[in-house]
Amino acid sequence: MKKRILALVLAVLMTAALCACGGGKSPAAQPSDTPIGSAGEKAQGGEITVGIAADLDTSLDPHVSSSSAGTREVLFNIYEGLVKPDTDGNLIPAIAEDYTVNETADTYTYTLREGVRFHNGKTVTVGDVVYSLTRAAGLETGEPLVAELGGIAAVEAKDGKTVTVTLKKPDAEFNAYMHAAIIPEGIDPAAEVVGTGPFRFVSRTPQDNIVLEKFADYWGTGAMLDKVTLKVIPDGQTMVMSLRSGAIDMTNHLTASQIADLQDLTILEGGSNIIQALYLNNDFEPFRDVRVRQALCYAIDREGVIDLANDGHGIPLASSMIPSMGKYVVPELLELYKPDPEKAKALLKEAGYEKLRFTITVPSSYPAHVDAAQVIVEQLRAAGIEAEINLVEWATWYDETYKGRQFESTVVGMDTHSLAASGCLARFQSESGKNFINFKSAKYDETYQKALATVDDTEQTALFKECETILAEEAANVYIQDSASFAVMQKDIAGYVFYPALYIMDLSTVYRVQ
Amino acid sequence: MIDTKDRTFRVGAGITAFMLVLILLGALWTPYDPNAMNAAEKMASPSLRHLFGTDNFGRDIFSRVLQGTGSTFLIALCSVGLGLLAGLLIGGLTGFYGGWVDEVLMRLNDSVTAFPSLLLALVLIAVFHSGRYNIILALGIIFIPSFARIVRTEVARQKALDYVANAKLMGVKDMRILFVHIMPNILPVLLSSVAIGFNNAVLAEASMSYLGLGVQPPDASLGRMLSEAQTYLLRAPWYALFVGLAIVLLVLGFGLLSEGLGGDGHA
Repeated sequence: MKKRILALVLAVLMTAALCACGGGKSPAAQPSDTPIGSAGEKAQGGEITVGIAADLDTSLDPHVSSSSAGTREVLFNIYEGLVKPDTDGNLIPAIAEDYTVNETADTYTYTLREGVRFHNGKTVTVGDVVYSLTRAAGLETGEPLVAELGGIAAVEAKDGKTVTVTLKKPDAEFNAYMHAAIIPEGIDPAAEVVGTGPFRFVSRTPQDNIVLEKFADYWGTGAMLDKVTLKVIPDGQTMVMSLRSGAIDMTNHLTASQIADLQDLTILEGGSNIIQALYLNNDFEPFRDVRVRQALCYAIDREGVIDLANDGHGIPLASSMIPSMGKYVVPELLELYKPDPEKAKALLKEAGYEKLRFTITVPSSYPAHVDAAQVIVEQLRAAGIEAEINLVEWATWYDETYKGRQFESTVVGMDTHSLAASGCLARFQSESGKNFINFKSAKYDETYQKALATVDDTEQTALFKECETILAEEAANVYIQDSASFAVMQKDIAGYVFYPALYIMDLSTVYRVQ
Repeated sequence: MIDTKDRTFRVGAGITAFMLVLILLGALWTPYDPNAMNAAEKMASPSLRHLFGTDNFGRDIFSRVLQGTGSTFLIALCSVGLGLLAGLLIGGLTGFYGGWVDEVLMRLNDSVTAFPSLLLALVLIAVFHSGRYNIILALGIIFIPSFARIVRTEVARQKALDYVANAKLMGVKDMRILFVHIMPNILPVLLSSVAIGFNNAVLAEASMSYLGLGVQPPDASLGRMLSEAQTYLLRAPWYALFVGLAIVLLVLGFGLLSEGLGGDGHA
């Protein structure tokens, strides 16, 4: 027992000492550092360790559209499509060198770039492209793996370097989906990871790490680094500590409050490109009533969430559209529900749910969502609504909440698969496999389908905006924000760039300064 | 010897009484609503307005420490209570009757003890899911073996004494002998192990909540707060300091108390 007490006293002293050290270290005392990438020399080669919050999905199949955003942002480095997004929000040719669309927007012709190689050394042929697109569009099975490619009627190789894609109906936006990964013919990507991207997959230890290596035969400007180890660190605090200690060189998606103690590292701010919301299971008894869902919208003050949980670094959202996809955003919707706890109470009373109670399931590895949920609970309390937080591990969230749809509500961020408006909106069609909130609206389905069939851009944009309006008016979810995302790296790491709209972590441009 | 023990006991009792008063105070009154957020006062350092400062949501840390200590204390108390109750039953019956039931139960007991306790708690939480009541259940189960073993040993020892034989000859029923005659005599030994168990429970609750498996946010518990404070160790060192202090005092008080009670000095 004496020993135990001694240990305790020591623990107190150590805590005190630790705090004292911390308190004495002011940022001003640090020697001034060289600005990023200007004075330092860009060094080719080297290796870094990058922290990621959640382990990748069990299957690394790039064609599985229910894959998590965290998996896709890593696979971006390994796989490429005929086209790929660039940092300005445009699509640039990748495996295809060029493409043409016919006048009716239902036939797309792609010319392959010469000499693009797979990680296994083989050159990309039209056969590979036809195989990949046929697989992703589910032409043989009838079940598209990538939902967006469901509109493909046929994929044909015209000659040794040209592939034509014929659509069931015209779609002027179709090219936006063509970043679907091209894989070697005959390969099952769930078993073998072979792409054409700047990095090739080396190994994976579940729950621990993923190792990527520079692909030397990359067709374009290859990766700067030789090797990247992605380390799985599910705990937000551990992530911050690992950066401080130098155990990891870089991570992205940190929140405003997490970077508070990291001021002596390089911090870059960008958009998360996620739609953070209190997603409501529209099938949960109380939430079947639109008045209850609207009451929640009145009870929750998104500006308050942004201020308290994100120190004001976030863009308020009113519907399912990533803010950087400018032309599709409907700013008027922000006026739809002004924070008003009394109105919320009145609506609940009308609906017969004066004593509303529900749980909010939150993936514990994302502090941004845990913090937002805490603020939401407080705001709901002011409107007499009792919400309880249930923290779950990411894997549990993904299986039970997202895939199993066993939840009442959840705070999480949804990203988009493509630069097309449909990337944000497709999931809310009644029968969509990704409609995890069980939203059902015949009007929405109809408007969405009409938008897809419209070739005229202005008309189509108007229809997509109408879809967003329906989501907001029906209060499908309580939309919060696209929170700011902070990429933090050690002082000798530079070159990280943000992409608009998409959830991407491009490691190819990252380098070590020497 | 007696003197040091006595002093240890008094200091322990003093600290514990102090903590109990704080807990009682926290249950009845806190200067601020422990969960109320205030964007204007985020990360305020300790002052007269906020004795222990405020956290990243502008919540008053003093109020949260009061509430969190109570929450941690209650969980520790309930889980020790649960472990003790089950331990008394199992240990009492096996110690008193012996035989093959004793063998089977004690081997079972050993196998539970063989697992590292925190790991076992994590497994149990994985089965029950996280939350305040499940933590009590999980920790309670973990405490059963140690109590059962202590009770069994003591009961077996007492059983051989004359007063038990006398009672038997007088025709007192087994259950009465066990719970009315024997139990009071093993109380002193039990008391100190309860105090140690309580300490372990406080630390276990703190660890579990620290790992995000215990008390769910936004409710306060010492472990939960410590885990939150970690992110702000440099910017708001007082956050971790005061929470850590509360844990230390709670454990130190009971630790000294149990040491004072230990052996045959008291009771």
